[in-house]
Amino acid sequence: MDRIPILKLRGLLLVSIQVDMHDRLAMQLQDELTQKISETGARGVLIDISSLDIVDSFIGRMIANIAAMARVLDAETVVVGMQPAVAITLVELGLNLPGVRTALNVDKGMAMLESATRDLEDLPDADARHKE
Amino acid sequence: MSAATDAVIPRILKTHEAELLEEWLREQLSAFRVGAKIFESELRSQSREFLNLLQQATQGGNVGDVQGPSYGRVRDMLGDISRSRSLQGFSPSETATFVFSLKRPLFARIRKELATDAESLATVTWTATELLDRLGLYTTEVYQKSREEVITRQQQELLELSTPVVKLWDGILALPMIGTLDSARTQVVMESLLQRIVETGADIAIIDITGVPTVDTLTAQHLIKTITAARLMGADCIISGIRPQIAQTIVHLGVDLGAVITKATLADAFRRALDMTGQRERVLKSRA
Repeated sequence: MDRIPILKLRGLLLVSIQVDMHDRLAMQLQDELTQKISETGARGVLIDISSLDIVDSFIGRMIANIAAMARVLDAETVVVGMQPAVAITLVELGLNLPGVRTALNVDKGMAMLESATRDLEDLPDADARHKE
Repeated sequence: MSAATDAVIPRILKTHEAELLEEWLREQLSAFRVGAKIFESELRSQSREFLNLLQQATQGGNVGDVQGPSYGRVRDMLGDISRSRSLQGFSPSETATFVFSLKRPLFARIRKELATDAESLATVTWTATELLDRLGLYTTEVYQKSREEVITRQQQELLELSTPVVKLWDGILALPMIGTLDSARTQVVMESLLQRIVETGADIAIIDITGVPTVDTLTAQHLIKTITAARLMGADCIISGIRPQIAQTIVHLGVDLGAVITKATLADAFRRALDMTGQRERVLKSRA
């Protein structure tokens, strides 16, 4: 049975989808990821879908849903590495993934998440850090 | 048709080959200004080869069966001639005249041969007419087909030429669109843009529509789809080169470009893109 690993990296969760997504796997990922976010209190989630080359409407919706759920749990979510064919399919299906952050690759996604989560942390003591 | 009348055409072709060739050449030369497009020597060698092949083809006895295997070489040769003539700029009727002008000399020979036998004369003339008509139509078909091939190739080339994706700066792509956008083209544009985004790892793509004459709802929808797809992959898009007319149309049509950055010129868009990628300082420094 395939499983999609969820890795904890500092304050972030890293999900890399390396296998063919099928419906049950997507449901399972949704369960496990929400579970993990609340367990670890992660502030950011990075979903790498660069190996995903086929999507249907269900998987597209699941990606949108997972990202939305993560946001509700107060974790910034970035979807990275979407293939051109996948992007075109999602657009043609009318799934624009509103509100989901995207980045070209894991590197850029990571930078985006780090700056987003740092901004949050910095807010209260930004002045203090300036004085140092 | 009896075997006797069937053998008349091959016999004439064989025995009167030289005279036929001369008369036929004269017919062809009077039919169009040869000197302008084709040399007489070339015409002569083509005609001689055709007569030769035709004679071989009809030798077997099946005079009317143009699609048959015995006419294979005749068809090949006619095909070559039609193709080269269509490329040289001959008109279809000029191309078909090559075959049709053989009628008069051939009929004259047949008439002389069968002067006493009216029945056979009619039969053989009919056979010859049918044969030459079919061959003539075949040249026209090949002519048209080769023209269509040229058009298809040009369309393909135009499609590829009209949608270049150029890299302007580190992480900045530009897509100058020229000409009317239809669905087939937009698909190519979208695919090549997204592919280049993956290849170059660009953060920003500038879509310049200065060369797009009109924007309708469909075009606008295609643009929005392209921009959304690029965003899904993690790249931002800027639209530049929107002319006043097009700006009016977009608003009148009620197209929502709210979430998209739009700039008047490619230069403005480029400046904005540099700002967004934090490279403006570096560019200014390198110019100083």
